[in-house]
Amino acid sequence: MFDDALHPTPATAGRPAKWRPATEESRLTRILLIAAALGGLAILVVAPLAVVFAEALARGAAQAVTSLTRPEATSAIRLTLIVAAISVPVNAVFGIAAAWTITKFDFRGKAFLITLIDLPFSISPVVAGLALVLLFGTNSLIGGWLVASGFPIIFALPGIVLASIFVTFPFVARELIPVMIEQGRAEEEAALTLGASGWRAFLTVTLPNIKWALLYGVLLCNARAMGEFGAVAVVSGKIRGQTATMPITIEMLYNEYLSVAAFSLAAVLAALGLLTLALKTLLEWRHADQLAAGRRH
Amino acid sequence: MALAFRLQKSPMPGFGLGMGITLAMLSLIVILPVGALLARGISYGPEAVWATINTPRVWAALYLSFRLAFLAALFNLVFGTLLAWVLARYDFPGRRLVDALVDLPFALPTAVAGIALTALYAPNGIFGGIARDLGGKIAYTQWGILIALIFVGLPFVTRTVQPVIAEIEQEVEEASATLGAGRFHTLRRVILPMLLPAALTGFALSLARAVGEYGSVIFIAGNLPMKTEIAPLLIVIKLEEFDYDGAAAIGIAMLLISFSMLLAINLIQIWSRRRIGHV
Repeated sequence: MFDDALHPTPATAGRPAKWRPATEESRLTRILLIAAALGGLAILVVAPLAVVFAEALARGAAQAVTSLTRPEATSAIRLTLIVAAISVPVNAVFGIAAAWTITKFDFRGKAFLITLIDLPFSISPVVAGLALVLLFGTNSLIGGWLVASGFPIIFALPGIVLASIFVTFPFVARELIPVMIEQGRAEEEAALTLGASGWRAFLTVTLPNIKWALLYGVLLCNARAMGEFGAVAVVSGKIRGQTATMPITIEMLYNEYLSVAAFSLAAVLAALGLLTLALKTLLEWRHADQLAAGRRH
Repeated sequence: MALAFRLQKSPMPGFGLGMGITLAMLSLIVILPVGALLARGISYGPEAVWATINTPRVWAALYLSFRLAFLAALFNLVFGTLLAWVLARYDFPGRRLVDALVDLPFALPTAVAGIALTALYAPNGIFGGIARDLGGKIAYTQWGILIALIFVGLPFVTRTVQPVIAEIEQEVEEASATLGAGRFHTLRRVILPMLLPAALTGFALSLARAVGEYGSVIFIAGNLPMKTEIAPLLIVIKLEEFDYDGAAAIGIAMLLISFSMLLAINLIQIWSRRRIGHV
């Protein structure tokens, strides 16, 4: 590997005027790289964020606030909160169950199981929505029966919840699995040997060990569940005031050229996103040793 | 399947419950819907599926989606690695804030990103105005789609590469320098190969995300058939026409292409890990 590095450069030729360690880039290179990174980030990430708030406040704060009290905005906010309130806990329970099963036991097919859990990451949200429509839509076997018995899934709340769970499916499990692998099984085994029940071992030994990683996964899951657009657009039917979540309502308002209303609602979601980011960063600073973020590669 | 997941002896309780919840959820959320999609394709018939896909408009959309997703992932591979290096190695005021900002595309909903990028790059926006003065157009062209895809995939490479850079032992670089390599030579021949497997993982994640992306793209794309129409949009259009068979055909095509791409990238990754060794 080092063969090519063996061509010695003359030590005297081109010696820098100021000494610097051989494992650092020159000052100029460093400044240029930092400038490129910061400039790129400002254009690609900061500018879009700033423009959301600028457009929302384009005709004054009063109008932005008023637009958020429109009935379609309030019903969208309520629906999005309901969807997150159902799909995030469901995902947390699934994530804990999957991580417990995968990390505390040895069984054949484990790698395959992990691949299946990761699958939603490589499926387009629109394809996910389509798959749900084909399974539960009115002209499918299950869907027809469900609609006949008064429990429609597609173009109704259950469909939106299922779509949100689909796109956030791996978040909690992926966060917990590396952390629980690292912690091993010894502590739980000790608790069981000392006579604790399985539940007690889980609640008093496992859960305190994974609480920060769990919170981290739940945060990411919640941000995605509240903001999901593609999958929800397909299954919701976009019925105004009934199945239009916040992102769907943003699209409707935007297409009707109600720019301030669309960007005001977008600003609320962006603020939620910033809050998520702040909490996530705080967790990374305070509890880095108990998170998977630094180990995943 | 129950047979495949047979347990080896363990004193730990809760296998039945944990595996039960896992498999039940997996079936309801992932396996059954994806199965329904594939079943629809089978009942529609392979020839009919192929006939749906084999039209100029569908080919144009698939080609556009995968080509632009690849270019966006390529950009993110380079810029993301640069960003990871700067964040892991250099100290500058506000570094931790910048580090947190990298994840913003994950936290910002795609519809919000979509209208924000459109506002920036439309001819009457800030960047779009500059482009217009120079005689160009960004929003409602393929450039706009590319920018949206870069945005949604930006954090992946940085987040996979950054921990690897942090783990590199200083001694390796010192050894390289002692043996007479210049700094650039060390970076290219010693550091970059160490980062490659992680960078490829980030590239694959970024690519997978960009291929299926819908929310951030449709606002900025202009959605002209044959020109700026992405594959996921075509599925939505078919669904709005109640052409479930057609939508399923395109959905299956997208599934197959993204799986084979991920498989290819996984193989490249295994090869690069074997060649260079795990860091």
